[in-house]
Amino acid sequence: MSPLLEVSDLQIAFGGVKAVNGLSFSADAGEIVSVIGPNGAGKTSAFNCITGFYKPVSGHVKVDGKDITGKRPAVIAATGVTRTFQNLRLFPDLTVLDNVRGGMHLYGGQNALDALFHTPRYRKSEEYFTAEAHRWLDFVGYKGGRGIPVRNLAYGQQRQVEMARAMARKAKLVLLDEPGAGLNHSEKRELLELCRKIRDLGAAVVLIEHDMSVVMEVSERVVVMNFGKEIADGTPAEVKKNPAVIEAYLGKEDEPERGADAQKEEGES
Amino acid sequence: MSENVDSSTAPRLIGKPASVVSRLFESKQLGWAGFAIAVIFPFLVANNYAMNIATTAVIFILLASGLNIVVGYCGLLDLGYIAFMAVGAYTAGIVSKAWELPILFTIPAVLLMTVLAGLIIGAPTLRLRSDYLAIVTLGFGEIIRLTANNLTITGGPSGIYGIPGVELFGLDLSSPVMFYFFCVVVVSLLVLGSARLGKSRLGRAWRFVREDEDAAEAMGIHTYKVKLAAYIFGAMWGGIGGMLFAAHLSAISPQSFVFLQSALVLMAVVLGGMGNTRGVVVGAVVISLLPEFLRDMGNLRYVIFGVVLIAVMVLRPQGFWPTRAYEPEKAGPDRDGHDQDDGGSGPGAHGRKRSRREHRKVTSSGQERGENA
Amino acid sequence: MTQLLWNGLFVGSFYALIALGYSMVYGIIKLLNFAHGDLYMLGAFIGYAMLSSVGVIPASMSITALLIVLLLTMIISGGIGVGIERLAYRPLRGSPRLAVLITAVGASFTLEYGVSAIAGPNPRVFPVRLQGETFDILGARVSAPQIVLMVIAVLLMLSLNSYIQRTSMGRAMRAIALDPKGSLLMGINVNKVITWTFFIGSALAGAAGVMAGAYYGKIDFLMGFIIGLKAFTAAVIGGIGNIKGAMLGGLLLGLLEAFGSQWLGGEWRDVFTFAVLIAFLTLKPTGLLGERVTERV
Repeated sequence: MSPLLEVSDLQIAFGGVKAVNGLSFSADAGEIVSVIGPNGAGKTSAFNCITGFYKPVSGHVKVDGKDITGKRPAVIAATGVTRTFQNLRLFPDLTVLDNVRGGMHLYGGQNALDALFHTPRYRKSEEYFTAEAHRWLDFVGYKGGRGIPVRNLAYGQQRQVEMARAMARKAKLVLLDEPGAGLNHSEKRELLELCRKIRDLGAAVVLIEHDMSVVMEVSERVVVMNFGKEIADGTPAEVKKNPAVIEAYLGKEDEPERGADAQKEEGES
Repeated sequence: MSENVDSSTAPRLIGKPASVVSRLFESKQLGWAGFAIAVIFPFLVANNYAMNIATTAVIFILLASGLNIVVGYCGLLDLGYIAFMAVGAYTAGIVSKAWELPILFTIPAVLLMTVLAGLIIGAPTLRLRSDYLAIVTLGFGEIIRLTANNLTITGGPSGIYGIPGVELFGLDLSSPVMFYFFCVVVVSLLVLGSARLGKSRLGRAWRFVREDEDAAEAMGIHTYKVKLAAYIFGAMWGGIGGMLFAAHLSAISPQSFVFLQSALVLMAVVLGGMGNTRGVVVGAVVISLLPEFLRDMGNLRYVIFGVVLIAVMVLRPQGFWPTRAYEPEKAGPDRDGHDQDDGGSGPGAHGRKRSRREHRKVTSSGQERGENA
Repeated sequence: MTQLLWNGLFVGSFYALIALGYSMVYGIIKLLNFAHGDLYMLGAFIGYAMLSSVGVIPASMSITALLIVLLLTMIISGGIGVGIERLAYRPLRGSPRLAVLITAVGASFTLEYGVSAIAGPNPRVFPVRLQGETFDILGARVSAPQIVLMVIAVLLMLSLNSYIQRTSMGRAMRAIALDPKGSLLMGINVNKVITWTFFIGSALAGAAGVMAGAYYGKIDFLMGFIIGLKAFTAAVIGGIGNIKGAMLGGLLLGLLEAFGSQWLGGEWRDVFTFAVLIAFLTLKPTGLLGERVTERV
């Protein structure tokens, strides 16, 4: 039985710089795996490569045993991968509900002719989309207005909407790129709960996170990256004791907090 | 706050309480009202000159609603849209004359050719960045016009004459008034169609692409295919517009399909409010009728258009009648109905609006979901 | 054969002059200035207005007069380019691309029909017509005015190139093209640099307009439309945003056109050019000298 996500010897280069240089790790269904590492270690690049936004120089990405290396993001999404972005990527002028419907494109259920003639199929699928959008917003615990454009929402709520949209994809593999960035303490607690809820649905959750307390509390497994490859892979307790990890993080105690604040500003601008 | 505004300065309707006026603007009956005005018009003014201008305006509405699919919904700037109209007009003209067919029988050929043109223009260019796309469509518009100018089958610079008028079930609709009615019916259906497309799964995908292409891709939307679909629908609307144009004037020539025309259609879409069908229809009426009233000004009127275009983009980029991102908010299964943060709208006003929308929801289930019509 | 080469290079040097402005502006603020071709048209009309207000110019003085007018026109059209940037583009900096592009279309429209409202929609005959003997060089017929204009064009391009490479303003331009935010943080006055960019680009287009008027003898208010599109093609061939690329692209496009219209017939020349544009954008969107830009997600 192969793992749900299998990344092997992944390499990505920008110009001459190897952003990811031989990364290998895996994630199983029903498991939360955190990817951590200093800034610039190649975490986001690896995510972008797994989801098809960057083309790798070499290496493979397999989801459910299927090789998806270098495929177009939409094709990869269709194999059951969903993600959130480091700096919120919502559809700012569309309503909250419409944003969540964004995750439901692959449900199908109607074609252009159904829409032109408002067939029963059209009505039924639209009703289903709306019900599902509400369901996923409830799932992530979103409590704000739902018929208003997302650009008017507070940052934390926008994060929730993005999460609901990602979940509406109903994917086997959920990639969260710093979902906790810019959230306050209580919002982070809710996020932890949410990650567990997603895992309990049977998905594999892979998240990039800077906040060590979050990482240590929620993950089954932690992959530590530095200089484009993994330097440690194990349970939180194991990773904590790993000398290579300690070295990579030595003297960088305040880094995660600063990084998080910078993200927040970027996301809101 | 916005109770006493007239139609030319409709309030900005994003997340703000609805006024009486804006409620009127969002009303479902507005489409019928517009249709009624169009139908009544010939009974008020029935000379051939007025019918002529009105028919042109109605065809222009069709073009604007077709371009709205491409620019308004999908956010792709097409500066050569008139090329699709040219393809439709020439196809209708050539086919109807070569086989002596009634012009409506050319519809399959018109659709085929415009879809083909949409594919040929779209397939290589839709992978490009948006600004490259704009200039390439401009180039394509010129290619189509110059080709029509150079080929013999299209009649060269003098074009094609004697294109038959519309005939339906043996009924001759080529008199100015009858043809006007025919155009009103066809265009109304197609405008409704483009509005419905905008509210469908495909229409949402278009908006997702417009708002954030990467995010749309990540959600499994094949952005290239979706953009191509927008292009093809836009092309078909333009092609039908071209067919009506050919039937209307009975003569077509390359001079009818210059860049100025593309720019005017674009202006209608932009001024009216990109993505909002109602705004676009009003924009089209204004843009097509205004030159008639400003005839004395000569080319100065186009200067005004240019300045207005810049001014709108600088001061009011969403157009005069913008898309209203709002939708009924049916309470979810385990929601207690409170809105802690709804982006600055007053709580009382919000509650009022919500109940109204819920009411509408009951009366017309499933139809009110899209945020614009 | 050599005739085609010469004709191509001659027309190409015009394209190159206009493509430079396109490319500079694009390189620095990533804006496709649709109105750029119209500045060429405007230059021709400004030159026309100046020359006709002077009255009859003796043939012996025509080159001198033309040079003076050329210089003045460059300053005026440069100023107009700056004005357009101030009024139409600057307020929209940071807006969605679509809005800026539409504004550019509006600016182009305003210029075209503004000129036609003032000067009338019919073509005007340029008051000074460059005439001179023709020589035979390697089997190509080359006329004196062609050589004069070519020399002017090359001089303008060379001075622009050394300006960009040698002066601090040129360095600032290159810096902004690479990283606008970083340049701002480094204390570069970004607005000033953008203003200069528009000034230089528009001045070059205006110069090309005067030269074209003097050479072809006829000007009209839509003359900038097609040439703008062609200059854009030239910029794309060379790699948009790249100064040397724009020059190379202009000359190359001139040659391609010369041979293409020989091959297909003159009436297909523009069709051929736009087909080249589309082919380039599809197959090699970075152009010959452009660098691949990785867009970050």
